[in-house]
Amino acid sequence: MSSDWLYIGLFLLIVAIFPGAPILIAGWLAPRKPNPLKSQTYECGIETVGDSWVQFKAQYYIFALTFLIFDVEIVFLFPWAIAFNQLTLFGVLSGVLFIFVLFAELLAAWRKGVLEWI
Amino acid sequence: MSWNGFLAFVKDPLTEFAKGITYRLDVWGLSPELVNVIVKLLGAFVACMLSFALVILTIWVERKLYARVQDRLGPNRVGPWGIFQTVPDMIKIFTKEYITPDGADKVTYNLAPILAVSAVMLIWAVVPFAPTFFGSDINVGALYIVAVGAIGTLGIILAGWSSNNKYALLGAFRAVAQMVSYEVPMVLALLVPVLLSGTMGINSLVKAQSVWFILLAPLAAFIFFISSQAEVGRAPFDLLEAESEIVTGFQVEYSGLKFGMFFVGEFLHAFTISALFSALFLGGWRGPWAEQVPILGLAYFVIKTSIVYFFVILLRIAAPRMRIDQMLNFNWKFLVPLGLLLVMVTAVVEKLVIHYYTLWGLEFGSTNYLILRAVTHLVVNGLICVGALWLSQSFGKREPPRFDASRAVAVPPQSSESTATD
Repeated sequence: MSSDWLYIGLFLLIVAIFPGAPILIAGWLAPRKPNPLKSQTYECGIETVGDSWVQFKAQYYIFALTFLIFDVEIVFLFPWAIAFNQLTLFGVLSGVLFIFVLFAELLAAWRKGVLEWI
Repeated sequence: MSWNGFLAFVKDPLTEFAKGITYRLDVWGLSPELVNVIVKLLGAFVACMLSFALVILTIWVERKLYARVQDRLGPNRVGPWGIFQTVPDMIKIFTKEYITPDGADKVTYNLAPILAVSAVMLIWAVVPFAPTFFGSDINVGALYIVAVGAIGTLGIILAGWSSNNKYALLGAFRAVAQMVSYEVPMVLALLVPVLLSGTMGINSLVKAQSVWFILLAPLAAFIFFISSQAEVGRAPFDLLEAESEIVTGFQVEYSGLKFGMFFVGEFLHAFTISALFSALFLGGWRGPWAEQVPILGLAYFVIKTSIVYFFVILLRIAAPRMRIDQMLNFNWKFLVPLGLLLVMVTAVVEKLVIHYYTLWGLEFGSTNYLILRAVTHLVVNGLICVGALWLSQSFGKREPPRFDASRAVAVPPQSSESTATD
């Protein structure tokens, strides 16, 4: 089993270098003529106005938080799914109750207006 | 070379190559661990090269199909039927200048395209192409795929943040909101095959599919297909790049091969998702005589993946782009409740079928048992599908929210006489 993870480790090494090498090669092949006008930030052809690191709407944060809750729930469900064949009906129903509680949580969030993209 | 050796090579070239290289390295006197590492490194390198070469083919297929549906020819000058069109395109991208914007964060700006491509290529380590052609059959394959796919999301945020461009940043936020939202139904739909087979390793999932999982869990397949399209950012969930509208969003400040990497990463991701779908739901390399002759397993896998990729391209051609609020509503108000309900119902039905098959005198694993299991799951999935459609239709028939009438709005005079003279 550790040889499987050794492969993944080696793959990670190769994959970290593999896109980087063509980018470096293209850096040598491509022309390099920097120009103050060219390196200005793009804003539909006009001069930029204001800060570039703007404040963001709270709605993005709320969607990320909702994703976090459901993702952690699903991570907890994976062991239950794998042990499924050894569970009794009671075990299955406990897992179903867990999912149902989160289903109710999604409906509650819906009613509160959390899932609106204003 | 003996006839048996030749036959073994034809049946299973990769294993024979690996054995040959191992033997040659052993003869040169290297230690077994080093030989192991070198062979695996070579295999990883070959997998990466293969994926890049595959992108050239998939881009050509997509452009030709797109063109034919739109009643035009597509690339047909470079090579027979234009197969080599992507090669001059890549040469062009290689020779474009890297224009880095002022004030961009150098480290993250250069890291972002590398992360976007690495996230996709890491998935190729666990996809089983044939009974013996796979990188590694780790026993947490499904979870590994979900974890590694999240690195792509990280690449997008880095790209938008480090571009020093408020529109790139806003585009990156929207892209991440979409990708992160659609991970939930994708992982839920991934949970259903894991439930039905009791293992997370992808090769073990393929081996457990004596009946293809698309017959046992068609709704899960549908949810996985749709949410994986949204994960990749392909139309109709195209808002991540939206070439004609927000000037490719978070990639606006990238030029040359860095942009090329995002482009290649997107196509490769679409192909990888098709490969995953066919491995999880369409039985992967399974087919007649696939275990004895592994190269046939590879052929079946390639055929199935191509068919799924064909549908992915057709979906892109045929559907218009969705707005971000429509997309997120569809996800959180339809796909996630449906996914949760599906997992609950599949678990209960599967357990009941296993508990009560003995009552009807069936043996575990016999064909009658398999037929009962498949038919029960199909019927239950059909009922859920009908129920979900009926519910969403009744929701859609509600009155849309109207503006508040007491707000001050200019009201035309109530008199019926005509005010338009002359």
